Amino acid sequence: MTVLLLAEVTDGALNTDATAKAMSAAKMLGDVVILCAGATAKDAADEAATLGASKVLLAEDDVLGHRLAESTADLIVSLAGDYDHIVAPATTGAKNVMPRVAALLDVMVISDASAVFDADTFERPIYAGNAIQTVKSSDAKKVITFRTSTFEPVKASESSAIESVAVPASSSLSEWVEDKVAVSDRPELTSAGVVVSGGRGVGSEDDFKLIEGLADKLGAAVGASRAAVDSGYAPNDWQVGQTGKVVAPDLYVAVGISGAIQHLAGMKDSKVIVAINKDEEAPIFQVADFGLVADLFDAVPELTEKL
Amino acid sequence: MKVLVPVKRVIDYNVKVRVKADGSGVDLTNVKMSMNPFDEIAVEEAIRLKEAGKAEEVIAVSIGVKQAQETLRTALAMGADRAILVVATDDVHEDIEPLAVAKILKGVIDEEQPGLVLTGKQAIDNDMNATGQMLAALTGWGQGTFASELDVDDDTATVTREVDGGLQTIKIKIPAIVTVDLRLNEPRYASLPNIMKAKKKPLDEKTPADYGVDTTPRLEIVGTTEPGARSAGIIVGSVDELVDKLKEVGAV
Ligand SMILES: Cc1cc2nc3c(=O)[nH]c(=O)nc-3n(C[C@H](O)[C@H](O)[C@H](O)COP(=O)(O)OP(=O)(O)OC[C@H]3O[C@@H](n4cnc5c(N)ncnc54)[C@H](O)[C@@H]3O)c2cc1C
Ligand SMILES: Nc1ncnc2c1ncn2[C@@H]1O[C@H](COP(=O)(O)O)[C@@H](O)[C@H]1O
Repeated sequence: MTVLLLAEVTDGALNTDATAKAMSAAKMLGDVVILCAGATAKDAADEAATLGASKVLLAEDDVLGHRLAESTADLIVSLAGDYDHIVAPATTGAKNVMPRVAALLDVMVISDASAVFDADTFERPIYAGNAIQTVKSSDAKKVITFRTSTFEPVKASESSAIESVAVPASSSLSEWVEDKVAVSDRPELTSAGVVVSGGRGVGSEDDFKLIEGLADKLGAAVGASRAAVDSGYAPNDWQVGQTGKVVAPDLYVAVGISGAIQHLAGMKDSKVIVAINKDEEAPIFQVADFGLVADLFDAVPELTEKL
Repeated sequence: MKVLVPVKRVIDYNVKVRVKADGSGVDLTNVKMSMNPFDEIAVEEAIRLKEAGKAEEVIAVSIGVKQAQETLRTALAMGADRAILVVATDDVHEDIEPLAVAKILKGVIDEEQPGLVLTGKQAIDNDMNATGQMLAALTGWGQGTFASELDVDDDTATVTREVDGGLQTIKIKIPAIVTVDLRLNEPRYASLPNIMKAKKKPLDEKTPADYGVDTTPRLEIVGTTEPGARSAGIIVGSVDELVDKLKEVGAV
């Protein structure tokens, strides 16, 4: 069996962590060919070549810039004949593209798979992770996104060969306008070993600096609840949960977050969970290894100082 | 232009989900059901387009059990003009897969010729996040997924998308499929008079066969289990104790 893995390439750079995690899932299915697509993707392909693929396909064309779904899906479909499985890490980029690929191939997509049982059988969380479903696909080709938080990244290995592939003409259905991307020195949320998240209890964008201060002390990424993002305390890409990012760091610190199931869906597989909340009844304490019932405006500065 | 809004009947987001003891699925008997929260946002956006004079008619469509009538009535009470119910099963525990839903919606599109389809980004029951993208594939239209801003003019939709790195803005040719995210708008509540009025709005009933679609699932559900529970933790009395504990377990 051969697997085509769509690498996570943004603006020419490989997201190595997400790609390497999807790679360890993909390897359970057979030999893996990695596809690096973008307006430029050569550097990404060089990097992807160290992940143990049988080869790396390089597709460079302006129409593939900014990961527009239509052109990327057409490219994957043009290559699909050679593969039994077409897979990707479950990033927003891949979730945009892969269902489109699946429908073009007349197969179902298996979104957010969290385990591989055999070539046809996969596990995936449903209902915000409150139930785990095992599904067996009867489709000729399987199109799958893998939840990165449940797979370890593969280790770097010997370099594989890189081969250029032809890119189908653009359908020009969509056009990129702009990206608003915050650059940060902090670790990336889905690959960080420690995450500190703030919720509505933090109260303002200004006070979110308390969360960021604690995060920086711990070398952590910063996360947020939906309520904190909706209220404008934190940017959308910090949202952790059912409809945000799913993280499973060694340490997750939830500050001023009540612990709604939709939030828990994104963090309850963390190794150690700490909750700081002034309401002892807050549901977050039911999943926390260490709970501190306190006002965050006292506890967070003290914790930042004492760590 | 017509706007088509697919709305799914799902377990209410406040209800605690219970997995059936025999592993056959989630128990939906006598459980409160509601419109998928993302779809409320899609309905709201469609109504706003109509209010802004950019859409003439808003059509809500739901695929599933007969009881999805209630979901459609909610959409009508919010302000949709008419509704189409595609009765695809009589078993509340049977979920129609996104591929089959997309094929049925393609059939509806062929008949109705909307300029825009607004779906939710994700159904909160199966968490698939797929139907809109699949429908875009089947129609050959452009797609703007995870929209937190939408601006529509005669032949293009400008969509700001919530993506992993932040926000991306794209322009797509109309007709197009847009899937909506949580921060696009705050859906209105239906007023009592509008709920009454909604009862008189047209609601057509169809079957998948009317669109020539076979809804046989491609994914066999082998089993459904509860997630592993976390072992109970402790409440610490002070920041000092918290720091000690974290050091003890090697977390810092
Ligand atoms: C379809 C859907 C999808 C969703 N997806 C997500 C998602 O992906 N992620 C997500 O997070 N949510 C999501 N939600 C929202 C979720 O249901 C909750 O509304 C949200 O998580 C609540 O955020 P919060 O805990 O910050 O706010 P609240 O529930 O308001 O909790 C604030 C907490 O802060 C505490 N607090 C207040 N002041 C202080 C203080 N001074 N010191 C200490 N503690 C204090 C309070 O005791 C309270 O427990 C979703 C909802 C829906 C309907
Ligand atoms: N059975 C259905 N009836 C109507 N709309 C649906 C149905 N299933 C999915 N949708 C639409 O597709 C969106 C995404 O669903 P999903 O792909 O299942 O996560 C939903 O928010 C709805 O707008």
